[in-house]
Amino acid sequence: MKYDIIIIGAGVIGTSIAYNLIPYDVSVLLLDKNNDVAMGSTRANSAIVHAGFDPKPGTLMAKLNVEGCALYEELCKNLSVPYKRCGSVVLAFSDEEKALLDELLDRGNKNGVPDLKILDQNEIRELEPCVSEEALAALYAPSAGIVSPWELCLAQAEVFVRNGGTFIGESEVTGISKNEEGADAKFTVTTNNGAFSADTVIMACGLRSDKVHEFVAEADFKIVPTRGEYFLLDKCEAVKANTVIFQCPNKDGKGILVSPTVHGNLICGPTAEVLEGDPEDTATTANMLAVVKEKAMKSVKNISWRDNIRNFSGVRANTNIDDFIIREIPDNKGIFEAAGIKSPGLASSPAIGRYMVGLLKEGGVSLPEKNGGYDMTRKTVHFRYMSNEERAELVAKDPAYGRIVCRCEGVTEGEIRDAINSPIPPKSLDAVKRRAGTGMGRCQGGFCGPRIVQMLLAKQGENATPLSILQDANGSNLFTSRDEEVES
Amino acid sequence: MKNYDIVVIGGGPAGLAAAASAFENGCSSVLLIERDTKLGGILNQCIHNGFGLAHFGEELTGPEYAHRAMEELKEKAPGVDVLLDTFVMEITPEKKIYAMNKKDGYFEISAKAIILAMGCREKARGALAIPGTRPAGVMTAGLAQHYVNMDGFMVGRKVVILGSGDIGLIMARRMMLEGAKVLACIEIAPQPGGLARNITQCLEDYGIPLYLSQTITSIHGKERLTGITVSKVDSKYQVIPGTEWDIECDTLLLSCGLIPENELSRKAGVPIDPKTGGPFASEALETGISGIFACGNVLHVHDLADNVTKEAIKAGKAAALYVSGEAETTSKDAIENPKVFPGKVVKPLNESDDEKAEDENVRHMTCIICPRGCRLSVKLSEPPVVTGNGCPRGEEYAIAEVTHPMRTLTTTIRVRNEDGTLGRVSVKSNGEIPKEEIFNLASKVHHTIINAPVAVGDEVLPGVVATSGT
Repeated sequence: MKYDIIIIGAGVIGTSIAYNLIPYDVSVLLLDKNNDVAMGSTRANSAIVHAGFDPKPGTLMAKLNVEGCALYEELCKNLSVPYKRCGSVVLAFSDEEKALLDELLDRGNKNGVPDLKILDQNEIRELEPCVSEEALAALYAPSAGIVSPWELCLAQAEVFVRNGGTFIGESEVTGISKNEEGADAKFTVTTNNGAFSADTVIMACGLRSDKVHEFVAEADFKIVPTRGEYFLLDKCEAVKANTVIFQCPNKDGKGILVSPTVHGNLICGPTAEVLEGDPEDTATTANMLAVVKEKAMKSVKNISWRDNIRNFSGVRANTNIDDFIIREIPDNKGIFEAAGIKSPGLASSPAIGRYMVGLLKEGGVSLPEKNGGYDMTRKTVHFRYMSNEERAELVAKDPAYGRIVCRCEGVTEGEIRDAINSPIPPKSLDAVKRRAGTGMGRCQGGFCGPRIVQMLLAKQGENATPLSILQDANGSNLFTSRDEEVES
Repeated sequence: MKNYDIVVIGGGPAGLAAAASAFENGCSSVLLIERDTKLGGILNQCIHNGFGLAHFGEELTGPEYAHRAMEELKEKAPGVDVLLDTFVMEITPEKKIYAMNKKDGYFEISAKAIILAMGCREKARGALAIPGTRPAGVMTAGLAQHYVNMDGFMVGRKVVILGSGDIGLIMARRMMLEGAKVLACIEIAPQPGGLARNITQCLEDYGIPLYLSQTITSIHGKERLTGITVSKVDSKYQVIPGTEWDIECDTLLLSCGLIPENELSRKAGVPIDPKTGGPFASEALETGISGIFACGNVLHVHDLADNVTKEAIKAGKAAALYVSGEAETTSKDAIENPKVFPGKVVKPLNESDDEKAEDENVRHMTCIICPRGCRLSVKLSEPPVVTGNGCPRGEEYAIAEVTHPMRTLTTTIRVRNEDGTLGRVSVKSNGEIPKEEIFNLASKVHHTIINAPVAVGDEVLPGVVATSGT
């Protein structure tokens, strides 16, 4: 198949680029090796929209972070994605760290971060009563926020597909080659699921950025996969954090944070451990989880760890270069990349999509504007965030919203049905979870799992078999055959 | 929506008995709300026997117990209204109930009293914070029980059980009967958590090793589980480094405890006892909010359904008395003088002095006839002499055990519905059968498809009766 543009990688960066290409009259293919979007770093991170005082002034990272942060509110409103501009604090526990706060404040002001302020002990307590009394001062950034990263990624992808874009998953890129002069497209992207051609290729490959880059040129950077482990605590947690609570950054990154999530939980993490082997090894370890506990309690003393509902880890695409790498690859006209999108990549993502479109234009890629006829917004039902009156009205209109399937999160049958019929249909229980929010609560899918399996089977129709039901990625089959079925 | 004097939330054994009891004690305006499409709660998936000895005077399976409880409700309390497939979203201290279902939409009910009977849920992996990967094949034992018994889906073939709670033990046997291999049951405590009789009839009967004072310290496998690492723990349950060993398996079932499900109660401000995880309650089972009562596993986790029923009868009566203005206690008592529930009695697997004597002419065993689980000794004389039994049935059991051991088989059978689709009902052997026949009969049942309709008590195969119906 021939497209104008192929984007490799359907994480929050690839989908932001795809989303920002909707207004242009070009055919776009979004490729991913997994069976869903948002399957890499996008789905396992701190979910923070950083204000932008960390990056060095003058870097691309500083510019895109502050721009991205400012775009969030409207973007998430348009896409019906949970987002909250809750602000952040960086705590200082010593005079040295207090000096570091001044440095961060200065950097933030240079980067154009709005309304930064140093808080004294009383002001911290007023803003965030749960913070340890040992915190001496804090840098407050009211523009920071929290978001559901996978929902943002999905929303961008869904709107892209609804407007005529193509998403193809389960296709791992194995090569990128230049076609001969006169061929109907400049490049061929080969995958383990067929070949696709296009005049423009954009790489947004996260942890595999350097490997995919090597298909066209020697990489002048190296991905340093850095794993971070987390605790996610139940909603009943007595400690209610109002803001994202950071400690002072050190050489390993931004340190262990304690933060509310947009879904109402409390998240603690991440550690920073460079992976030597598999860059996508998202196991957790006893040692690192112990580190999270110890360090989180430096910021907030009385965290009730028995309310833990899930441990997870995510891997960040750190590099040996102190900035994002977003460019047309030198000597490879028509091939672009967004590589090394480490923290604050999520916060920067809305700006990265826009920036990439600008680069395409500068690079001479033909991007004729559509003459209207597209819609950049999405409406989804989030039953759990509705008022009682809104709920009554909705259920009266569509009774499927009158049955709760996920008891912990209060997700209805209607929302799961919507997810199953969405533009990028879910291929697993976890894909339903990412779309509808099921199984995210304290019982972790123990109650809703069997009910959602039945809905997925119903969707498969007559030849439905439980053997096809996946927990998550391909190969994560939930069920095996029974003896009598093996024999008969 | 109509208002009621008493609204019972939850239609499992607690709710069924509480509603019936409230009606029998003079309250004619009772509503029972159940979120599932049928009554019975978790009993419906507990297809094994061992229920009912105390309350119904005979040994029943879970679905049979539920069936009996529903029959009792119909007979003794015909005026109780039941709302199925209805989810309670919120209750308030003023005893307003916000609920919804597909038929009536989102609605509000006012009650004079509320009985909480929402049951409990299992501790999931997060509560245990087991490190490692997050592959498919790791689930709670109760979830596996639902998949295997209700849906007929096989959850795996090489199984390890973490925790020796009753659900885990029951599922160990269940998976063996379904053709899986259960490789180990791992318990962090120095003694098993489940009933002694379940150790005998679920683990020992099937040769499943029980590893005490050990726990799982890592989970392996990227997409599907490939194995686990097990480590020994010290007396404070701290992992002892250097004691790790691995088990290759594709399934890990967690049976590590139950948590009363009090999200609704908490939101309404019902004070919760951190020790039991359930509401503080007065002798009459009234919580800290006047007119809100609680019973069953939402109040504290019970070992036996029969005890849940007993407690619920008490709560139903107390709620009826509250409504008629004759309450014996107040919500103040719940806080000032809360009822103390007996904690779990943990019996160490200690051998009696008798057993230590190691007489080869004496066999020792746990009686599986009732939940007491008496430790029996049989002297292999002619006739055999039994000691340690608390009742004559123990003696019968012990003698049978050394001469011709007998067991009851419980499993499920496929049913061809009238529309051609396949469903499933639970079945049991009609009485006990020789222990060595268990696998043969299970295999026969599993290779058979019977035709709907099926009613509880139908003989579906020679010597096999249905314990649930279509």
